[in-house]
Amino acid sequence: MTKITPQDQKLDVAPPYNAVARHGVSPQPSHDEIARFDFLANFNKFLSGALGPGNKQTYDKRVLPGFEKEHGREPKDRFEIRHAMNEDPFHTFWSALKRNSMEMRQQNGRAMVLRQIDELNAKARQFNEGRDTLELHPEIDVPRYQSAVDIHCMPGSYHGEELAGDISAGANYDCGIFATTAGGLGALSDGGGQALVEWIKKERPGWEPRRVLDIGTTVGHNIVPLALAFPDCEFIAIDTAAPILRYAHARAQSLGATNIKFIQANAEDLSRWDDGAFDWVQTTMFLHETSGKALPKIITEGYRVLADNGLMLHLEQPEYSDAMPLFEQFLRDWDAFNNNEPFWSSMHALDMKTVMTEAGFDREELFESGVRAVVDREIFPEAPTGEDEDHGRAAYWHAYGAWKNADQMQEAAE
Amino acid sequence: MTDTPFDWMAAANKKAKGKRPEYFDDPEDERMLSILMAVVGEVSVLRERMDTVERLLDAKGTISRDDIESYAPDKQAAYERGAMIREYIYRVMRGPHQMVQELEQVEPPVEEVSQELKEI
Repeated sequence: MTKITPQDQKLDVAPPYNAVARHGVSPQPSHDEIARFDFLANFNKFLSGALGPGNKQTYDKRVLPGFEKEHGREPKDRFEIRHAMNEDPFHTFWSALKRNSMEMRQQNGRAMVLRQIDELNAKARQFNEGRDTLELHPEIDVPRYQSAVDIHCMPGSYHGEELAGDISAGANYDCGIFATTAGGLGALSDGGGQALVEWIKKERPGWEPRRVLDIGTTVGHNIVPLALAFPDCEFIAIDTAAPILRYAHARAQSLGATNIKFIQANAEDLSRWDDGAFDWVQTTMFLHETSGKALPKIITEGYRVLADNGLMLHLEQPEYSDAMPLFEQFLRDWDAFNNNEPFWSSMHALDMKTVMTEAGFDREELFESGVRAVVDREIFPEAPTGEDEDHGRAAYWHAYGAWKNADQMQEAAE
Repeated sequence: MTDTPFDWMAAANKKAKGKRPEYFDDPEDERMLSILMAVVGEVSVLRERMDTVERLLDAKGTISRDDIESYAPDKQAAYERGAMIREYIYRVMRGPHQMVQELEQVEPPVEEVSQELKEI
């Protein structure tokens, strides 16, 4: 075995915030604002990598034996584990540190964005005013599942405004993803979208969808790479929140993705689009921010507007199947209760295959796949999975998909 | 333009809607940890700024505030600064880090060891 001296050893450190690419509506960070995100990116790596494994230790050595002594049995679900772990001093301290990291990320991002909000709003107006690729509809209500709490402790959530018509919600959301994922999503935090491009080119080489619907687009991270990869395709990106769409539209335009139309709409009602209007209907990391009744409605509406031979694809964190140990389910649930993701736990316990079948798909049409963020590995790290994984934030997703009536279409052609 | 004065510092501190979980028995401990972690973050910021100043002085002999604000580390410097932050985090997080080690290796109280040594 060769001995590596401390000087030669390559340490696992987060890339610098300087590596984040700027676009037309990026806030201009000061030296110290960069340094704040540098700290948080490395601190989050420490929380998941160095402290995170202590959760399993304390569970195996203290919490589980204590539970078994008290109840005469093992915990029956992830909720029982959570209640027991919330009495454990190690786990509560770890959670408190992690919650503080999330809150600091929001404060740091908002401070950077809000001190230059007038300039940012002016930049956005240059990209937005008079463009028919941004359609806002003030009559669209903010659904209860978006307003009940501020999702991921983001003050004001996606729909909040500090000044009338501002883009602070989008700018803050966008700028801090680097810190929470320690750079795992790449220079434009679009590693998910880049992964979709790579996946579809491999899955169906030469396929040219005519029209794509992106539901719950937020700032358009995951649709812009697709729009750039399919320049002749028409993209429709919808969200219920106007502030985030103003930002998303300006960001996409500045990055040259002019073939995306951003529309304020609620995916539970897609009646403005005809049956079979789209060749591809997708969500990325969105369904966990809906609700028990909204989610199946969204999938059903998505099925209706999807053309035969079209693709439905949803990227999420892995579902809590019976095969997943209860302790891992509990760890993956941290964000649900500590980072304001109130539908997260129920959503990941859903059997998406059943939901998609009830929406109209044949079970044989369904597929599942793993998708890892595609980022510039020269600068950005591969997101760790396994024990060091930052559960809930790992840049590695589970894809639930289906090609609608693909078999029948093929048979008809033959 | 903003017509009425907009206090962005106060606005940056807006609380997220949704009741905050309670991690400690004493609510004051929640506040104390929030303040402490903010200071931990700011000390890291100061260290990074000092590193920027030192690197620029090394390279140029004299510097301006603009030089500091526009400084972008090259790949090697970025790595060294990442390692510096990592080392700093390990130093200030020694307490919780050692909690993990205590969980890995349960030890008897030193009083017990003291009794034992008396006998051997």
